[in-house]
Amino acid sequence: MSVLAPASEAELAETVAALTEPVEIRGGGTRAGLGRPVQAGATLSTEGLSGVSLYEAGALTLVAGAGTPLAEIEATLAAEGQRLPFEPMDHRPLLGTTGEPTIGGVVACNVSGPRRVQAGACRDSLIGVRFVDGAGRAIRNGGRVMKNVTGYDLVKLMAGSHGTLGVLSEVAFKVLPAPEATATLLIEGLSDAGAVAAMTAALGSPYDVTGAAHLPAGPEGAPLTLIRIEGFEASVAYRAGRLKDLLGGRGESGLELGTIPEHRDDLWAAVRDARPFADRPGAVWRVSLKPSDAPTLVAALPEAEAFYDHGGGLVWLRVEETKDAGAAAVRDALAPLGGHATLVRATPAVRAAVPPFQPEPAPLVAVSAGLRARFDPRGLLNPARMAP
Amino acid sequence: MQMPEADADVLSRRDAILARLARALPADALVADPVETRAYDCDALTAYSCSPLAVCLPRTTEEVAAVMRLCAEEGVPVIPRGAGTGLAGGALPTGDAVILGVARMNRVLETDYANRFIRVETGRTNLSVTGAVEADGFFYAPDPSSQLACAIAGNIAMNSGGAHCLKYGVTTNNLLGVTMVMADGEVVTVGGPFADAPGYDLLGLICGSEGQLGIVTEAWLRILPKPEGARPILIAFDAAETAGACVFDVIKAGVLPVAIEFMDKPIIHLTETFVGAGYPMDAEAMLIVEVEGSDAEIDDQLARIRAIAEKHAPMEIRESASAEQSAAIWKGRKAAFGATGQVADYLCMDGTIPTSALPEALRRIAEITADHGLRVANVFHAGDGNLHPLIMFDANKPGDLEKAEACGAAILSVCVDLGGCLTGEHGVGVEKRDLMHRQYGADDLDAQMAVKDVFDPAWRLNPAKVFPLDASASRRAAAHAAE
Repeated sequence: MSVLAPASEAELAETVAALTEPVEIRGGGTRAGLGRPVQAGATLSTEGLSGVSLYEAGALTLVAGAGTPLAEIEATLAAEGQRLPFEPMDHRPLLGTTGEPTIGGVVACNVSGPRRVQAGACRDSLIGVRFVDGAGRAIRNGGRVMKNVTGYDLVKLMAGSHGTLGVLSEVAFKVLPAPEATATLLIEGLSDAGAVAAMTAALGSPYDVTGAAHLPAGPEGAPLTLIRIEGFEASVAYRAGRLKDLLGGRGESGLELGTIPEHRDDLWAAVRDARPFADRPGAVWRVSLKPSDAPTLVAALPEAEAFYDHGGGLVWLRVEETKDAGAAAVRDALAPLGGHATLVRATPAVRAAVPPFQPEPAPLVAVSAGLRARFDPRGLLNPARMAP
Repeated sequence: MQMPEADADVLSRRDAILARLARALPADALVADPVETRAYDCDALTAYSCSPLAVCLPRTTEEVAAVMRLCAEEGVPVIPRGAGTGLAGGALPTGDAVILGVARMNRVLETDYANRFIRVETGRTNLSVTGAVEADGFFYAPDPSSQLACAIAGNIAMNSGGAHCLKYGVTTNNLLGVTMVMADGEVVTVGGPFADAPGYDLLGLICGSEGQLGIVTEAWLRILPKPEGARPILIAFDAAETAGACVFDVIKAGVLPVAIEFMDKPIIHLTETFVGAGYPMDAEAMLIVEVEGSDAEIDDQLARIRAIAEKHAPMEIRESASAEQSAAIWKGRKAAFGATGQVADYLCMDGTIPTSALPEALRRIAEITADHGLRVANVFHAGDGNLHPLIMFDANKPGDLEKAEACGAAILSVCVDLGGCLTGEHGVGVEKRDLMHRQYGADDLDAQMAVKDVFDPAWRLNPAKVFPLDASASRRAAAHAAE
C-alpha cells in the first residue's frame, strides 16, 4: 500500500485535497487495531509533522506537531519537571503492535490512563488543534491558552474522533508539574465489592487520590487494591497516613504503605496498559460505568476475567474470542446499569461484524453522521472507522 | 451593534403563535404582556435590549420540547435563557423571537456521593449546586463570580470558568452528561454519570455553544470532596512586570495554587475606598495566591511561594494564618466589580493571553486606554492568563460608550496578537461576535458553523450570536428560504 507522508500542514492540505481514494490515517501505528477495520487504498502518515514548536514551562503550555513521538514530548516535559496530566495508555503490549506512539494518535483516540480519575482525560488537557478536513481545508480551533470560550469547542470534537473528521496537524496541551513524591497504598485480599468500597472511600476523601485500581488476581495471585497519592514529600506522607487511617481494617493483610516495593514498581504502568491481559488470548473490552455498578457487571459475566481502574468507573474485561467477542453478553449485562462498552482488542473480522464503539441512540447517530458528512464530505478519511 | 431585522411574517402571525403557545403551556408559563416581558429585554450586557415576541418559562423538559416543536413548526427563532446574568448579550432577543427560560426548572434530581455526581435541572443556580452537597463535604468546582445568581444552563452554554479553574478546570471539565431538547423538539441524552461518552464528543461541543445547538434542561455534574482547608497569601510589588514574573516562577516551581488573582494599582485604590480591605496603597500590583490542603500542607506551600516571591523583591507579603485573615485578604478582590461600579460605568473585558505575555499585555492595555482618553483598572485570574480589564466610561456622556467599546475591541485584538483569545469565560454573544474575524479565518468559522448546520439546520436557535452576521448571513437566509 502506498504511503503519503506530507512534510508540512500545507502539504497535508494539498495531499488531502488531491485524494481520489480512501486513506487510512497513521501516526505511529501502535493503535491501529482500534475501531472498525478501514478499507483504504493508501496510508496517510503524519510522521512528517513532527516536533515541539512551543513549550513554556511557566505557562504550563506545550504545542507540538501531530506526528511528534510521545516519548519526545514526555522527555521534553520531564526535563522541566512537568508531564502530561492524563497518563496516556501505551496500547502496544495489549494490541501486540510495534512502532512509536505519536501525540496525534493519543489525541485522535482520546487516550488516558489511571490519572484520568483526578486529572481528566486527554480531551480535558487539550487546549488547541490544527487539522485538515476532508475537503483539504486547514482549520484552527482553540489555541495555546487554557481558558478559551471563543466559538465552538472543536478541540473536544477532534479528540477521540479517530481521524474521521480531519487529519490532525498540530495539538496544544495544558501540562502540569510532575510530583516530587508518589506513594501507593496496597491492600491485599479484598473482594471486588470491598475494593470498590475502599476506592470510593479514598476518592471521596479530601486527600486528592490520583489513581485507584483493583486487580482481582494481583501479581502474587491474590487480589490487590492500589491507591495512589502524589505531591510534595511531606504532603504525600501526611495524606498516606490519613488514608491508611480511613481505610484501616480492610483487607486480609492490612495496608502496605509507602512507595511500591521495587519488584512492583511497574504496577501503575501495568494498570495503564492493561498488561494483565497483554499476553493472554481473547477479546478485550473497556467498560465505563458508575463505580458502584462495576462489581454487579463483573458478577453478571462469570466467564470473563476482569480488573478495575478509575475507582471502579472503568472495568477491563477479557472474554473468549467468539464470533461476536462477547458483545451481546457484555452489552446486555451493561444495559440495565447504564454506561458504555468499547471493544479494544479483537480480530479485524470481529471488529467488522460487531460495533467496537457503544451504539448510540438514533438521534445521536444522525448528528454524528451529519458531522462526518460535513467535515469529510467525500468520506475519504478513515472511512467506517467509527461506523455504527 | 447590528441585529437582524425581525421576520415580518412571524410578527404578522403573533396572535396565532401566542394562542398555540398558550395551549401548550400552563397559564403562568407564558408571558406575552410587553410590560411583563421587559425584564427579559436584555441580559447583564444592559447596553442592548429588545422586546421579544413572548417569554416561555416552562417547568418540565416536556414543556420545553412542546415549545421547541411549536416554534419549529411556526418558524419562530428561540433565544435560550438561564438566569440572564451573561455579560456578552447571549440572551439578547429579537422582536420575532421567543425567549425560552429554564429558571423555573431548578430541582436537584439525584445526588450520588459514592459515584461523585449530582443531577440537576439547569435552572438551578451555580452556588445552590454546591449548597446541595456541601453539608456532606462535597462541592461543585466551577465558580464564576456571578455564582449566587447565574444558572447551570448558562454555565454550560458559556462554558463558564471562575477563580479556581487553574486547579479544577472549567465547566466542560466538570460536566458528565446532559438532557437536551433539540431544535425540532426531540429530547436526547448525551453522556451520563460515567466518564468519556462514546462516539464523537458531542458533550464537548454542546458545552460552550451559547445555546445554539439545543436547550439543555438537565445536567449530570461532577462533585468533588472539599479540601481540608484553604488559605491565601498576599504579595505586593512595585511593578506589574515583577508580579507577572512571580506568577510564572510559582507555577514553574511545581506549586499548583487553586487561584492566582492579580490586581493593579487603580483597582487596589478603588476597592480600598469602597470596602477598606487594608491593601498596600503604594503597590503597583498585588497578587492573591490561594492554596489548599491540611494546615501543615498549606503552611508548606505558602512557604514555597513566599521563598519564590522574596526573590522578586516584594514590597510586602501577608500570609493568612486564620479564616479572618483569609477573609480580609479576599475582601477587596471580591468587591472589585462593585467598587468600580460605584465610581463609573464600565465594560468588563474577558480576553485571555499566554501568561508569559502578561507584562506586555498590561503595558499595551494602559497605552490603548490612554489613547482613548479613558481609565482602566485590571483585576484578573493570572494563573490562567484570563484578563478582566475594566474600562471605565460615563454612560450619560454622548459617545463615551462607543469610545469604550472601541477601546475594548482594541484590547481584545492585542490579546489575539499575543497568542491569546477574545474570551476566556464570558462567551462571544453579540458583544464580541464581529471580532471573531480577528481570531479565526473564514474556513475556521465555516467549520464551526457546519456544526450548527447539523444540530439546527433551520438556524432558529439564538441565530444572531457568536458568528459575525456577514459570515452567517447566507446560512440564515438559506434556512429561512427553505421554511
